[in-house]
Amino acid sequence: MSRYVLRRLVLLVPTLALVTLLVFSIIRLLPGDIVTLMMSEQGYASDKAKLEQMLGLDQPFYRQYVTYVGKVLQGDLGVSFWTKEPVLDEILRRLPVSLELAVLAMLFGLLIAVPTGIFSAVRQDTWLDYLFRTGAIGGLSVPGFWMATVVIVAASIWWQWVPPMRYTPFARDPVKNLAQLVLPAIILGLALSASVMRMTRSMVLEVLREDYVRTAWAKGLPESLVIARHVLKNAMIPVVTVMGLQLSALLGGTVIMESIFVIPGMGKFLLDAITWRDYPVIQGINLFLATGVIALNLLIDVIYGFLDPRIRFG
Amino acid sequence: MSLFRVMRGKPLGALGGLLILGLLATALLAPVLAPYDPIKVRSSDRLQAPSLSHPLGTDDFGRDILSRVIYGARISMLLGLGAVAINTLLAAIIGILSGYYGGRIDIVLQRCIDTLMAFPGLVVLLTIMAMLGQGLVNVILALGIGGTAANARIIRSAVLAIRENQYIEVARATGCQDWQIIVRHILPNIAAPIMVVVTLGLGVAILAESALSFLGFGVPPPTPSWGAMLSGSGRTYMIQAPWMAVFPGIAISLAVFGFNMLGDALRDLLDPKLRGGPQGRA
Repeated sequence: MSRYVLRRLVLLVPTLALVTLLVFSIIRLLPGDIVTLMMSEQGYASDKAKLEQMLGLDQPFYRQYVTYVGKVLQGDLGVSFWTKEPVLDEILRRLPVSLELAVLAMLFGLLIAVPTGIFSAVRQDTWLDYLFRTGAIGGLSVPGFWMATVVIVAASIWWQWVPPMRYTPFARDPVKNLAQLVLPAIILGLALSASVMRMTRSMVLEVLREDYVRTAWAKGLPESLVIARHVLKNAMIPVVTVMGLQLSALLGGTVIMESIFVIPGMGKFLLDAITWRDYPVIQGINLFLATGVIALNLLIDVIYGFLDPRIRFG
Repeated sequence: MSLFRVMRGKPLGALGGLLILGLLATALLAPVLAPYDPIKVRSSDRLQAPSLSHPLGTDDFGRDILSRVIYGARISMLLGLGAVAINTLLAAIIGILSGYYGGRIDIVLQRCIDTLMAFPGLVVLLTIMAMLGQGLVNVILALGIGGTAANARIIRSAVLAIRENQYIEVARATGCQDWQIIVRHILPNIAAPIMVVVTLGLGVAILAESALSFLGFGVPPPTPSWGAMLSGSGRTYMIQAPWMAVFPGIAISLAVFGFNMLGDALRDLLDPKLRGGPQGRA
């Protein structure tokens, strides 16, 4: 087990190196470079060469990259070209907001997906199964930003409610904070629940056909016990993977929800950074997101071992 | 299995199939079906509520929403098919190279895919779009490239599953070249998962285009794309003229719903393990 984890950690090195290289080079390929953009804004140096030197963009590409990686390894993600704030500080300030939204969305998603998935499988091809599956696929088919807009407009017309323009941190007022995040979280959770529900359903269907489940029926166990004790435990493993894979999509989805509901998270930050070509910020956020997703997938694979003793780490 | 029996066994899949047929017919017959020119501006008809002459109302340029939704089907199908063609082709090449040859090629390709999959999909799309600039072809390219990594992984595992079969071994023993084995034995056997990937991918592409439009990186005006219709002025006039965004939104949802239903049914049909009702129940 520890050897497996060690090997996976070693494999992380080339992946992360590729991540930094990719982020670093692609940003520099974007049309509309930062120097021209800055010079067109007032208050910045009019001397192009001086500005490039100030931003460190006068160096050859490989040297910029080596310097960047060297700094990253020391935990320094650089400073924003525009605000001069350290990128790491900015990210750490916004990360909890996006994470809270993502975790809430995941909770909602699970709350809807797992029970309906199990039910749909146990009552396969009944009208309730069709209803749940139609609902799940429906949730997946509606564009999230559209649903959010419709909900906001409907709420403002019927209940004169508008989403608050100022974000309240959880630590200051948990109730106000949750009230603000609940709607975007439900909308994000709906899309998530669809894939989790489908996975739960097909896994439960597969496990229901196993010999040990037949044995459990044969010895006269009640349905609730068969499902809870024999089916669920074995069906949930791939569901955990889907959840992990979905987290990355979820973080993408927060970009949209954050800009609709004016939530100061990572997504909004990234979108602004792309618009303003703020290289260090784009690099920093992408590095953070990618590392997070990779670490999470590793964690999930390790959790596998605990959930299913049949899986051997080789 | 006759088509009728399949339809009875998979009513949701049949519903999805019908929706997609409708979508295809709308896309093909758009010039016949649409009552008005989808692009021509008529300032006297601005922001009209649904009526007999404009069943779905008009937008802020006086353009008929029904006609734009009908032509939008064309754009969506074009986008979806283009994107899926690109990513399925790329994914098949990568997946087959990786799965069939294994070894070092596999390790290198899989690390690259790990890297790409580490980024949230929307972030990858945004970056590609920022790089390419706006435009219909660029959206197709971005959606095509963006969806490659995940599909390559699915195709790779399908190839891995059949690589060890005896008929592959026999083919190799009788002196078949690698490309012959790939074309004659591997491709036909991974057709099923590819079909599922394609169907579900079409829905994903249509949905992703609308998200890109919302973020300002979609198909530029005046092209009647559903995503652009419900995100630009559609959102601005949401209270004043809700029909502008509501109908394209319904169109997107129905199309994506259709592809998902069909894809799901195909997956069930093509995976024999999931056929039939639960067994062994008392």
